Amino acid sequence: MGFDLSLARAEVRQFKISRTTETRSICPYCAVSCGVIIHTLGDRSKNATSAVVHIEGDPDHPISRGSLCPKGITLKDDINNPMRIKSPKVRRPGSDHWEEITWDDAIAGIARHLKDTRDRTFVAKNAKGQVVNRTPGLAMIGGCTDTNEFNFLQWKAISAWGVPYRDSQARV
Amino acid sequence: MAQTLEIRRSSASMWGSHTGIRTAETVAKYIDTTTCIGCKACEAACQEWNDLHRVATRQTGTYQTLPELHADFWNLIRFDERDVDGNFNWLMRKDQCMHCADPGCLAACPAPGAIVQYQNGIVDVNQDKCIGCGYCATGCPFNVPKFHTSGGKMAKCTLCVDRIDVGLEPACIKACPTGCLNFGTKEDMVALGNGRVKQLKASGFKDAVLYDPQGVNGTSVVTVLKYNKPDWYELPADPHVGLLVRGWKNVLRPLGVFAAFAAVVGTFAHFATYGPKAPPEDGDEADRGSGQV
Amino acid sequence: MTNGWVDIKNADVILAMGGNPAENHPVGFKWFMEAKRTRNAKLVVVDPRFTRTASVADLYAPVRSGSDIAFLLGLIRYALTTGRFHSDYVKIHTNAPYIITDKFSFNDGLFSGFDGNTHQYLKENWAYEGDPKTQAYSLDQTLQHPRCVFQLLKKHVDRYTPEVVEQICGTPKETFLKVADIVTSTGNAERCGTLTYALGWTQHSIGVQIIRAGAMLQLLLGNVGRPGGGVNAFRGHSNIQGATDTGGTFETLPGYLKTPTAQLQTLKDYNDSGSPTTLNKQSWATMNYWVNYSKFMVSLLKAIYGNAATKENDFGYAWLPKVDGNYSWMYIYDDMYRGSSMRAGAKEPAPEGFLTFGMNPVALGPNVKKMIAALSKLKWMVVVENVEIETAKFWNAPKEYGGAPPSQIQTEVYLLPASGFAEKDGTFTNSARWLQWKWKALDPPGQSKTDQEILSRIFLAVQNLYRKEGGALPEQILNVSWAYTNPVNPDLGEVLKEMNGKALADLHDPKDATKVVKTAGQQIDGFGQLMDDGTTMCGNWLHSGVYTEAGNNAQRRNNADPTGLGMYHNWGFSWPANRRIMYNRASADAEGKPWDPTRVGIQWNGQKWVGDVPDMKPDAPPGTYGAFIMLPEGVARLFAASLNDGPFPEHYEPVEAPVANPLHPNVTSNPVALKFASDKDTLGTSDKFPIVCTTYRLTEMYHYWTKHQEGGVLNELQPGFFVEIPEKLASQKGIANGSKVRVTSARGSIEGVAMVTQRLQPFKINGKELWQIGLPLHWGYAAAKGHTGPLVNFLTASVGDPNTWTPEYKAFLVKLDKA
Repeated sequence: MGFDLSLARAEVRQFKISRTTETRSICPYCAVSCGVIIHTLGDRSKNATSAVVHIEGDPDHPISRGSLCPKGITLKDDINNPMRIKSPKVRRPGSDHWEEITWDDAIAGIARHLKDTRDRTFVAKNAKGQVVNRTPGLAMIGGCTDTNEFNFLQWKAISAWGVPYRDSQARV
Repeated sequence: MAQTLEIRRSSASMWGSHTGIRTAETVAKYIDTTTCIGCKACEAACQEWNDLHRVATRQTGTYQTLPELHADFWNLIRFDERDVDGNFNWLMRKDQCMHCADPGCLAACPAPGAIVQYQNGIVDVNQDKCIGCGYCATGCPFNVPKFHTSGGKMAKCTLCVDRIDVGLEPACIKACPTGCLNFGTKEDMVALGNGRVKQLKASGFKDAVLYDPQGVNGTSVVTVLKYNKPDWYELPADPHVGLLVRGWKNVLRPLGVFAAFAAVVGTFAHFATYGPKAPPEDGDEADRGSGQV
Repeated sequence: MTNGWVDIKNADVILAMGGNPAENHPVGFKWFMEAKRTRNAKLVVVDPRFTRTASVADLYAPVRSGSDIAFLLGLIRYALTTGRFHSDYVKIHTNAPYIITDKFSFNDGLFSGFDGNTHQYLKENWAYEGDPKTQAYSLDQTLQHPRCVFQLLKKHVDRYTPEVVEQICGTPKETFLKVADIVTSTGNAERCGTLTYALGWTQHSIGVQIIRAGAMLQLLLGNVGRPGGGVNAFRGHSNIQGATDTGGTFETLPGYLKTPTAQLQTLKDYNDSGSPTTLNKQSWATMNYWVNYSKFMVSLLKAIYGNAATKENDFGYAWLPKVDGNYSWMYIYDDMYRGSSMRAGAKEPAPEGFLTFGMNPVALGPNVKKMIAALSKLKWMVVVENVEIETAKFWNAPKEYGGAPPSQIQTEVYLLPASGFAEKDGTFTNSARWLQWKWKALDPPGQSKTDQEILSRIFLAVQNLYRKEGGALPEQILNVSWAYTNPVNPDLGEVLKEMNGKALADLHDPKDATKVVKTAGQQIDGFGQLMDDGTTMCGNWLHSGVYTEAGNNAQRRNNADPTGLGMYHNWGFSWPANRRIMYNRASADAEGKPWDPTRVGIQWNGQKWVGDVPDMKPDAPPGTYGAFIMLPEGVARLFAASLNDGPFPEHYEPVEAPVANPLHPNVTSNPVALKFASDKDTLGTSDKFPIVCTTYRLTEMYHYWTKHQEGGVLNELQPGFFVEIPEKLASQKGIANGSKVRVTSARGSIEGVAMVTQRLQPFKINGKELWQIGLPLHWGYAAAKGHTGPLVNFLTASVGDPNTWTPEYKAFLVKLDKA
């Protein structure tokens, strides 16, 4: 009874991002490209392992001005999703399950397939005798949430392999 | 470091309920239902910022996430389809604690200091002191506080007091894509609301109104309604704190020592009156409110 | 988008059609609401459904899915007959005065030049009339000549009266007239309106023509190029714009250079084909900017082939693969399914190996059953992803999708864990063409790698095999330059520098040869400095200026806005040339004065153009060049001979037509629509499948992705698949809200929870009641526990637009039953 200060003041929940590391990024969903601030655990010192604890809109961003839609607000759930695959896998012909595979074996296997298919299906000249240098045995798609830089590297690879069948989300 | 806020009023307490040393401007949320698109960014922001557990939901034929607020879901957009004079409307309103100037929950609460009203007008449940009796729910004219079964406490919107205390706006307000939400002093929010109402009236919505119910002395959530029909938005037309709640409270108020007793009685009374809190709408959602999915 | 997101706040009228921006671009939609709040702007929503966007509109008009062209041509007719169009603008900035050959005609649903055997048009019948001797097109500035574009257009749209609009679209006449009144209120200098659309227009067998009709309306109203105006496509993914800009589709190279076709055997042939000539000499001349084509192309060849590209070997042009015909999305899977294709008159193999980076074709392509059957024929497949998507486990798809048992599927599938957006840096390009850098926040989980590292490792491994073993044309692979500091995991800043381009030798000022503009090795400032002699390299001319000697401009974060119009020239970098509003020369009149002095795009100050980065030679006085510098005629096209399905838009029913075309029942659907003929390409008719169905997204879900989130908030907000059904249809069929229903098309059948709503209403078409239902698309058989659902593309057909070859997802036929 009396002047019990615990009743006069109350502790509120700690401000949970007061000492997190902030990284400026761009939301990967629609093409408004809202600015997001990714809050990660720790201060990036050598012994701290970063993990996303919160994502919030970037108030400086001229389009989004700190706002985010429900998808942007919950990007943490996307990054920390327990369903993320964390190692390369292969499904062998006729099999009904995945097998773990090392990166080196996966890359070697894919490169071998790619070369065999290219060598087998390469068309140097079409039926009209025109030089076409293409590989109809290969198709490649991708890129709607990849960076421009990746897309450029991908175009180089596509051209190198002679891939005529190629497309992106831009079509569909 | 935890922050502390000075208290204006505190449940079941007579003395020491405020120090009166410092003042604070009353803050408020502004909701313009006429520019709300029901995108649920506020719902997501609330869940995310407050680190709430998931509620098991199920598609039942509506865009609305849940039938009502929930101990793990403090911010809910209500959707309503309605034909008004031949014009079809899809009305949406963000529902959450209204942070009444005269809070019925606080008046009804028998546990000393379990519900507090800070100097800036925010009404908060102090979970250290909450006894989970549910009396606040009976005192609330807006059906807001909910019992958290695994936590054994009452839970509701805090108006992001942890953000406001460091000078930020609430998470829901910041997220809002269309700007139908705003945050500032109550005075500024009322002015913003009156301005928008004027604009709506000028464009033909003669009944447009700013909902700031005086029966509870106004709220720290002011809402622009295109139609002066609060029930279309699932708002009470003229909310009051029940006389019974006030009367009961006035008897108990000096008797802080009865707090523990009241807790026991309160809990008993709660279960006697309502049974287990928040019965799920559907059989397969029995885990609602358990805090686990 | 021709304009920017924030620019929408400058509009007096916003016409949102073919899209649901509140749902799909909610944060961009902020600026719609800002316009309403601060300018009292009117938002008009025209949509088959009463959407989240409609819920905050000033006026909503229902329109049957697939009938948008009739609605838009009705608006154009209204503008032309009432005179509510911006005639000064139309005369100087469009091809309205141009006279068209007398071979052009339109009869009973067909334009002249239709070949009934090939189902293609001969476009020569749609040419401008011109006199090669005087090097001039024939123009009539009075717009009176019966064959000038203006008069032809007037005649063409004359059929689209408000009554006909009601008959085709189901929009009540009074509502249509209200829309027309608001929209055409911007057909003058004082007011300006914007047009926004998205995939609700694109994904039709007449998609391009719908968009054209919208653009024509905006041109007639004088709204293109102006702040608060424009034709604004809202793209659906974070970097779909960037993918398109960077040669992501089979028909383009980076910067919208064309993929070489087989008949273009030399670099000269190729460059000539990309540099159109023009007769337009007597009126405003034209910059005809594509005359610089060879500079962009040679600089691109120098970027890919490095030192191996020399003048003597045509800069390696022969190594670029050449195409014969179409290799786009639906062709990929059709050829894959059939096992071969006909190219240049001979049989060629179909794809047997397939790589997909961050895409889920099984879910997002039409006709899932055909898709799964096609993938089952592959020898091998590589899926680079964050989660185990439908495509990765196509060999184990639920029975109803018709796949063979796993034991019979011989495809070797690699599933490689990639990194998410936060786990890598680099740029995204938004819908408004802004390149913005994002910084890496943390490492990817487990053994996951960045996409660039995965691709580089595969690339280098293949290169190594060819180096060791030889094989088919090894030069094509070995000569590709991968000269990054760390070739296994290239620094994306380095790649962006390569895309920007640099001088390979000292570059001199064209006006003063003694002055060196750039020394060898320096980053160039913009595409104006590119050369076609091998002295510059540039990976994408459109991106030139993004990474100059001043640094990485995509990283700029100065949000000052001195114009107050939301241009933000010092935030990120906007292609081309950091220009924020395309065609901004058209924001000013013939003398270079802005149409509206309170909303200046650019204006002539006596010496140069000031304001936004001018879409014009900065020191060319008004009257020198036309405003549309990329087109040979220099003016915008109300009549366009370049499209495959007609120089004017015309209303055609969807390929699966719910009714015969009320205007010309003999030509109901687009006569040149893309269709396929495999045994899996079945089409339904309205007697068996009487209901129109459309698919769309929800705010709370991202494509086929959110369902994979375990324990996430979003799956709580939209817990599962549903079928939106009009209340009256539900009561006819005895369907209760929340009950199970079955939706069936000629391709497949799916089950979902009924969402019975008044937001969908029947359409009165040609006097007959027609129903439409809707399906959100976000679910599939691969998901976190409890979040699986049907793939809506099980129902959709492999049919599409004849210009873009985009599938018709937005209007197909189904039947609806209680489940």
